[in-house]
Amino acid sequence: MFEGVPLHWFLITGTIMFFVGIYGFLVRKNLITILMSIELILNSVNINFVAFNKILYPDHLEGMFFSLFIIAVAAAEAAVVIAIIINIYRRLVSINVEKMDEMKY
Amino acid sequence: MTPNQLMFAIFSAVIIIFSILTVTSRRILRAATYLLFVLVATGGMYFLLRFNYLAAIQLALYAGGIVVLIIFSILLTSHIAEKLEKPGLKKIIPAFLAAAGGALISIATILQHNFPAEVVSGGDRTNITMIAKSLISTEKYGYALPFEVISILLLAAMVGAIILAKKRKD
Repeated sequence: MFEGVPLHWFLITGTIMFFVGIYGFLVRKNLITILMSIELILNSVNINFVAFNKILYPDHLEGMFFSLFIIAVAAAEAAVVIAIIINIYRRLVSINVEKMDEMKY
Repeated sequence: MTPNQLMFAIFSAVIIIFSILTVTSRRILRAATYLLFVLVATGGMYFLLRFNYLAAIQLALYAGGIVVLIIFSILLTSHIAEKLEKPGLKKIIPAFLAAAGGALISIATILQHNFPAEVVSGGDRTNITMIAKSLISTEKYGYALPFEVISILLLAAMVGAIILAKKRKD
């Protein structure tokens, strides 16, 4: 319970966001939309960490630091993924995952 | 309904509605804009929980940095007016079943679990001084090693992104 808001509410919001991200990851074909789904998944995990930190262990900061490092890793990942996407687009003139079978030698 | 519950309801509704729109919208630039709303509402959630520093990082790095990067790459790789093709039912049904089933199982588990009702806090520790001291401390709750590792990771990602996106001479 955080000032009237139960912990369950945060967890359920995070769960729904996580599985919406999973759905997008499975359904989408465009590489950039798949990247957006991954960002949704990472964000939902952050909400859970922060809610657990504040409500169950208010004297610690572990959940906050985990979220901080997840955000940093997500930023690094987004930069590399977008470099790869631009490189693929330059070679294949498409970013559809189903046309990605030419990456093998 | 207390003000906190009201704010939570608003942020939660924005997060759920716009995350569903993000994965179903057929115009890719709109999907990126909906993703921006989701990220800003998540930042609001951190403000609600009094993690001011984390909320500032979320707004600056996620909503400011990553979304701009995604929009740049959209503009470089697709036409704005272009609509994505509709995914077939053969893809939608298994994906929907997997997502809905997983969500139902997780929510049922969360609702059955009894978390400790009231945890006594020894005062607010999330001020910037405590965060800075923990990040450079090598003692028990210190994060000096992960901090250094993440700086190496960021450097490697930067060099890797430049080399990958660089134009080849041939």
